[in-house]
Amino acid sequence: MILEKGKVAPDFELNATPDQKIKLNDFKGKNVILAFYPADWSPVCGDQMALYNEMLKYFSKHDAQMIGISVDSTWCHNAFQKDRKLHFPLLADFEPKGEVSKAYGVYDDEVGESKRALFVIDKEGKIAWSYLSPTAVNPGADGILDALESLEQK
Amino acid sequence: MSTLKPAIGSSDHSEGSDSAAITIVEFGDYQCPHCAHAYPIIKEIQQAFGDQIRFVFRHFPLQESHAFAFQAALAAEAAALQGKFWEMHEAIYDNQYRLNDELFQELAETIGLDIEQFDEDINTEAVKQKVEDDFESGVRSGVNGTPSFYVNETKFDGGPEDLFEMLKENAE
Repeated sequence: MILEKGKVAPDFELNATPDQKIKLNDFKGKNVILAFYPADWSPVCGDQMALYNEMLKYFSKHDAQMIGISVDSTWCHNAFQKDRKLHFPLLADFEPKGEVSKAYGVYDDEVGESKRALFVIDKEGKIAWSYLSPTAVNPGADGILDALESLEQK
Repeated sequence: MSTLKPAIGSSDHSEGSDSAAITIVEFGDYQCPHCAHAYPIIKEIQQAFGDQIRFVFRHFPLQESHAFAFQAALAAEAAALQGKFWEMHEAIYDNQYRLNDELFQELAETIGLDIEQFDEDINTEAVKQKVEDDFESGVRSGVNGTPSFYVNETKFDGGPEDLFEMLKENAE
């Protein structure tokens, strides 16, 4: 089951590059958007990560950091990031494979990839919104923005 | 289900009758090959359904992926100020294979714009703001790639061929 609103977001530490690790708790005091996705290199233009890349300024207006997570390795992420000119970190849920995806309840055991799932985590580290998308459907960003906006109204 | 935000208004570019039963909104990018693929299919839809269809285009340029997409959207908006949005829209898709920075001026000449005025308008804050407003409306409306279509303000999950099929089935 996907972790739902109100739960404390499980902390993790994953590689963003071969020699740099990122911890969720490092972002305390900032909103965080976690976007789990199946794999780098999906063949469409304007794929989910490319789309979020174009929308970063809307996220930063809400003091939110975008983070992508898949089971691809850091080397694969690096190449993908360069190719698509992505300006946010992609984390490698690579070893032990899928551990963080499992902790958030969004790992697909059959194919061995993360499901397509979104989490908005508030400044105290609590899940403010989560959404599991059908794997074939890129969920866009309207849900993320609605969640960030309702955090501000609190 | 995602819906169109904001609703269609006077700043939108539309073709067809305002009283048409069906309004199709496309969020598109002038450098996106899938949008270029959709372009003749939209024309077919318009021909097949005539005044039953109103077609609205909003800009969704993916600037990081497509180097000329934003500039192309500005060119269309600058042309719109001279009443020639659709002429520029069509000229850009017809010439997508040779997009470059100089192309827009050439197209402006081809479609008979006042070039001095065009050059001035394309650099104004208002024209830039229009394109950015369109983009933001796409973000708000749940656009998840280009092209994204909305039928009577509700997101349509499918490509242009699916859209054509759906309209044909509905008409039967």
